[in-house]
Amino acid sequence: MSGALLSVEDAVVDLPTPRGNLRAVDHIDLAVGAGRTLGIVGESGCGKTMLSRAVLQLLPKKAKLSGRVMFNGQDLTTLSAEKLRKLRGRSLAVVFQDPMTSLNPVLTIGTQLIETIQEHLELDLAQARQRSIELLAAVGIPAPEQRLAQYPHQLSGGMRQRVAIAIALSCEPQLLIADEPTTALDVTIQAQILDLLAREQQRRHMAMIIITHDLGVVAGRTDEVAVMYAGRVVERAPTPALFKQMRMPYTEALLAALPKLDVAPHTPLPAISGRPPDPTRPLKGCSFSPRCRYSAGRCTTEKPRLSPAETQEHLYACFHPIAAGAGA
Amino acid sequence: MLQAASDPLMKVENLVVEYSVGGKTIHAVSDVSLEIARGETLGLVGESGCGKSTLGRAVLQLRQAVSGKVLFDGHDLTTLKGEPLRKMRRRVQLIFQDPIASLNPRRRIGDIVAEPLVIAGVKDPEERKRRVDEVLSAVGLDPALVSGRLPHEFSGGQCQRICIARSLVLNPEFVICDEPVSALDVSIRAQILNLLEEMKARYGLTLLFIAHDLAVVKAVSDRVAVMYLGRLCEVGPSEQLFARPAHPYTALLIEAIPVPDPDVVRPRACRSASRRRRSPRPPAVASAPAVRGPMRAVPARCRNCAWWHPASSRLAITH
Repeated sequence: MSGALLSVEDAVVDLPTPRGNLRAVDHIDLAVGAGRTLGIVGESGCGKTMLSRAVLQLLPKKAKLSGRVMFNGQDLTTLSAEKLRKLRGRSLAVVFQDPMTSLNPVLTIGTQLIETIQEHLELDLAQARQRSIELLAAVGIPAPEQRLAQYPHQLSGGMRQRVAIAIALSCEPQLLIADEPTTALDVTIQAQILDLLAREQQRRHMAMIIITHDLGVVAGRTDEVAVMYAGRVVERAPTPALFKQMRMPYTEALLAALPKLDVAPHTPLPAISGRPPDPTRPLKGCSFSPRCRYSAGRCTTEKPRLSPAETQEHLYACFHPIAAGAGA
Repeated sequence: MLQAASDPLMKVENLVVEYSVGGKTIHAVSDVSLEIARGETLGLVGESGCGKSTLGRAVLQLRQAVSGKVLFDGHDLTTLKGEPLRKMRRRVQLIFQDPIASLNPRRRIGDIVAEPLVIAGVKDPEERKRRVDEVLSAVGLDPALVSGRLPHEFSGGQCQRICIARSLVLNPEFVICDEPVSALDVSIRAQILNLLEEMKARYGLTLLFIAHDLAVVKAVSDRVAVMYLGRLCEVGPSEQLFARPAHPYTALLIEAIPVPDPDVVRPRACRSASRRRRSPRPPAVASAPAVRGPMRAVPARCRNCAWWHPASSRLAITH
């Protein structure tokens, strides 16, 4: 973990709700090095977005965060609002799921790009404008000069997401967080946007975190994957190792539930029965145990810890991991 | 197994739907013909804006077609009006993409599911309750627990179950599913797809399944129709269409599906062709947009291809 650009250490996020305390993020440790890509996978409500907001220090006001978020040697949880503002958009950038709501509908694309650039870099208007045009061209937007004068509603969803990526890349960030960047988009556009992110990540040697609910999106596009369930990381491994041998039943179930092209039509999908537990009513045992087909014995009474498998890089939290020779 | 039989339940002939936007005419659906046999599931795929939802709505007569016919069980729906159309609509139902938005937040689940019965003139409350309870149990919800509750108390997947129950309460023969799982998570998506298959068998339904995700469409469809810019570019049996796509656009859609295996060498995404074919008249073959970018060569013979034929020299197929 040493030398990581970003390391999240023992992060806990608590949200007070009328129904009691909601633990959105439950003791999470993560790290990403420069030039590396981490995928965070999980269902809605598993806390993956809250985790990314904890990194960005953009949690709701009522939320309580404990633990440390180390970025470039600084603990972001202790920085002043002023310092954070200088960091966000400059070194720490984010692309959100829905480009329609993350772009301002009443400002032109140009205004939004130039504003970000001038906020963080010392460029005059003409230079900032030139840079905006270059950025739009880099993210594959045709006729970038004319786009500057357009409003978000005049662009398609894929083009809007490209603009959001251009804004995120505008100040050469060290870390880019892409929170479900393609969920609102079509399959063909999704592939284009993921390719674009991968290309820019390589070219700029950025660290990147891709948050998604689709294991297909992270395969082949990330160096490491962390699978989240009910606020915890339940399996973490280098991407090739994870897809070669999944240990956590949840990861396996998530993969099995994806419709596959090589399966004949009308084959029933192995769905995960039930739904995630109520986060305001934490379970005593493993949070996945009510839905898990391997659940037995202490699964319902004791929480498994995230611990290494055969290699130090492959971690999982399960008492009855999927067999790979070694018993639990 | 199920080929379009001699007596299809739904037959769409040369359907044209246009919207006029700011003085311009947009061809949402241009000259589409389809047949769906009884008991068959036809998948309809295409990107946003290709006209697939408009086609679904035009079939139900929620959009007025400019020309063409929609023959349901031999009756042309486009010529029906008023009470006869309303009667026919009981046999054709629709499930929408966003399950939460398609439920009235202020009404109780029992009332929401009973509403089609009220409209259909089922006066006896006991009878209504019996049918609502039956259909709620069929979709895997406990009627005693859910009937009195409001939509916000349910998750997206459960709301979609409620929407499915509502669409089935009148015992329809034909159900149009418009992106029924694209708003749902992977694990819930599989549950809902399985449920649709179950309901299809239980109620003997014929489905038009609209989605943009080919893998999802393949999981449930006997045949698949691929739509692009208001036209069908390929129609074929699912297995055949996926194994040997005849149209380059179909091949492009298949390649774009993320594969959950890091060892799969993925071709870089193709740039999709220009989507700006919104001129007043459908263009001649010669002016159809070319598909650019790397793409594997495709068979020249096309099963059921519309305007840009793969053999056409206008089509730049390069590596």
